[in-house]
Amino acid sequence: MKSRVMSFIKRVAAVALFAPVVAMAAGAELHLDKAPVSKDPAALQHGAKLFVNYCLNCHSASYLRYNRLQALGLTEGDIRDNLMFAGEKTGDLMRISMRRDEAKKWFGAAPPDLTLVARARASEFGSGADWLYTYLRQFHRDPNRPTGWNNLVFPNVGMPHVLWELQGEQVVKGGEHGASLELAKPGKLSPAEYDKAVADLVSYIVWMGEPVAEKRKTIGMVVLAFLAGLFVLAFALKKNYWKDIH
Amino acid sequence: MSVEQKMDSGRRTLLLATSAAGGVAAVATAVPFVASLTPSERAKAAGAPVEVDVGKLAPGEMMTVEWRGKPVWVLRRTPEMLASLEKAAPNLSDPQSEKEQQPEYAKNEYRSIKPEYLVAVGICTHLGCSPSEKFKPGAESGMGEDWPGGFLCPCHGSRFDLAGRVFKSMPAPTNLEIPPYKYIADTTIIVGDDGKA
Amino acid sequence: MTTKSQALLNWVDERFPLTSSIKGHLTEYYAPKNFNFWYFFGSLALLVLVIQIVTGIFLVMHYKPDASLNVSGVPVAFASVEYIMRDVPGGWIIRYLHSTGASAFFIVVYLHMFRGLLYGSYRKPRELIWIFGTLIFLVLMAEAFMGYLLPWGQMSFWGAQVIVNLFSAIPLIGPDLSLVIRGDFVVSDATLNRFFSFHVIAVPLVLIGLVAAHIVALHEVGSNNPDGVEIKKKKDANGIPLDGIPFHPYYTVKDIVGVVAFLFVFSAVVFFAPEGGGYFLEFNNFLPADPLVTPPHIAPVWYFTPFYSILRAVTYPLFGLDAKFWGVVAMGASVIIIAFLPWLDRSPVKSMRYKGVIFKTAVAIFVVCFCILGYLGVLPPTPGRTLVSQICSVLYFAFFLAMPWYSKIDKCKPEPERVTFK
Repeated sequence: MKSRVMSFIKRVAAVALFAPVVAMAAGAELHLDKAPVSKDPAALQHGAKLFVNYCLNCHSASYLRYNRLQALGLTEGDIRDNLMFAGEKTGDLMRISMRRDEAKKWFGAAPPDLTLVARARASEFGSGADWLYTYLRQFHRDPNRPTGWNNLVFPNVGMPHVLWELQGEQVVKGGEHGASLELAKPGKLSPAEYDKAVADLVSYIVWMGEPVAEKRKTIGMVVLAFLAGLFVLAFALKKNYWKDIH
Repeated sequence: MSVEQKMDSGRRTLLLATSAAGGVAAVATAVPFVASLTPSERAKAAGAPVEVDVGKLAPGEMMTVEWRGKPVWVLRRTPEMLASLEKAAPNLSDPQSEKEQQPEYAKNEYRSIKPEYLVAVGICTHLGCSPSEKFKPGAESGMGEDWPGGFLCPCHGSRFDLAGRVFKSMPAPTNLEIPPYKYIADTTIIVGDDGKA
Repeated sequence: MTTKSQALLNWVDERFPLTSSIKGHLTEYYAPKNFNFWYFFGSLALLVLVIQIVTGIFLVMHYKPDASLNVSGVPVAFASVEYIMRDVPGGWIIRYLHSTGASAFFIVVYLHMFRGLLYGSYRKPRELIWIFGTLIFLVLMAEAFMGYLLPWGQMSFWGAQVIVNLFSAIPLIGPDLSLVIRGDFVVSDATLNRFFSFHVIAVPLVLIGLVAAHIVALHEVGSNNPDGVEIKKKKDANGIPLDGIPFHPYYTVKDIVGVVAFLFVFSAVVFFAPEGGGYFLEFNNFLPADPLVTPPHIAPVWYFTPFYSILRAVTYPLFGLDAKFWGVVAMGASVIIIAFLPWLDRSPVKSMRYKGVIFKTAVAIFVVCFCILGYLGVLPPTPGRTLVSQICSVLYFAFFLAMPWYSKIDKCKPEPERVTFK
């Protein structure tokens, strides 16, 4: 009897797996580079430094408190001395002083809060980290834009290329399809160094999206191990009781 | 098939082991729930030490800063004010600050690190109102001829001198609390952190 | 038992049916001994209900149903969820338990319903249990829908916007009805506040009442089993069903095994994949609600998608009423029709084990259609997909509406006298 139910389930599963093939149709494809997300504290600290220097002027991270950065191996003194500017307290949220209505006037849209951007940017094309990693490396010169910059992943983006001093200036080669970027004017960093810097920044942004992520997995291992043990006990108990039932 | 009759020893052991493990699981599950009742990071941040620049206070002037949601007074006392403390002493209920209402370093006649600056939690020890300033001595404050200058709680009339010490026979049982604090520069105080806790 | 505790028990029993309730519902409630895997999901649904209520109580202590913007320009409600995730000690566990619990509730309930379908648990004399169950499912959908608005993310906002607008398709009263539901001309702070009230107070009360009725009705007639034979027909000299065993201890110890196994899978999701691949927590819901920008692709949460697909599948106007109206009717009917199953199934046997090939095929097609509809519901519509969902919607309804006919002509095997065990 059980095998019949099982074969039935298998049949259902087979059709359910086949269904996507039937249903799949074309959508706007997005080709994202795989982000080398790091959990190394040094990389994350470097990313935090880049974030504070380049992003936190316009973008807030308003769900995160500065003292949370201690999880990256920084002391409260390090945070105060290297990552804070406006004389906030280390328990403060990472807010910005730019007013949203003015920002909207300048950029056309108020720069979004970035605390959760790595989680929000995930899609069927890749993780949020992949999107950010690709986005931050695909700015190019575009004289038709008010900022002089455009982006292949985020067309007509409001943000100028804030990291251009590091990356240099890229220009588009090729047509609409198969457009590629070429470094026209080198920046302070070599392309490999720039990729590494962006990877560190993205790693930090991923961490910021859910600072508890690593702790969550650690606790999860303990919970699952315990439940596995409890399962053995509960199963033995059930067997013991049910031996009476014929 | 009564349960009691069939309760063999193996079953008893298993039952105990499963119950014990289940109990551990229940307690472990309760941990995040109980933890969520304790003060959050926001509450802790609001209770963080506060840096106060007292240099801009004129003699005889007082400022109030917020620390852990409570008013903390910083009063720059004039020589006359300091002299009034001695005058008030005989009428006080705890002139020597015997009760644990201040850190060790404030257990002196001025109840402060530097005599000039009084740092005190501006909350009456009776029922939690914030006393008002009655700094002028004598009748000018409306407190009677022999008033040495101090604070009056508007709720139940408790009187305190300029070191936050309570007068005798007042509703308030103890002197005002002195918070932990320290000087990080000549005229810069950190309230809430004395480097000891 | 010592005389003192016996005396206390007597004292209570004279005033409250304690001992008799324990006997009636646990130690002397006789359940068929041949329950299989599928019978775990009833007790698991109760477990998830408890998880949702307990975690919900603690979330309410920190959550703020407020759509106004804070100093950082973020809605207070959205920020309060992140406050729970980051600043409240243990808050992230409680929140993930609740968000994962919502999806787990539907997984468990769908499997529980499928069990009923598989073994004819809706057949006489269990029609009321089935109707209460369908009502629980309906109320659960309302509860989940209103709860989903509370994080006040983009999907919360636009999901609510779309679903509330469905009601405006109802002729005459529709536009006013959706206005009354929202309490505003758009989904707004007023909507958020009333959904909060319904989600934490009103709907849970109804839900608990229905669950109680569901269980009382079940214990009145006794449980069905995978063979679909009534164990009460064969009793021993003491009036105890020959194939019945006391629920406690036998099914309590068995259900504990199921509970631990479930908690293992559930914890694996909570601790290792709380976003559920973007299905349990949708990516766009990490963006605060913005009434001016609709996300490029909005879809309801996965557990609504089979019914949402049926809604979208209706593209023809009929009798002078537009397609939107008929879509809403079809969606509503697709849920309501489940309640009529007891009267649609005319098969001489209850259990799938003894039903014939026609019924089995019908159920298989139904399940496949349901899954395809669910899958299509999360995707943006294309002409091809709409056609597939139309075919599946027709088959979905055909399963129910043609049942009186095909269940009757189906060649069934004879039911056994007693349940089969091992």
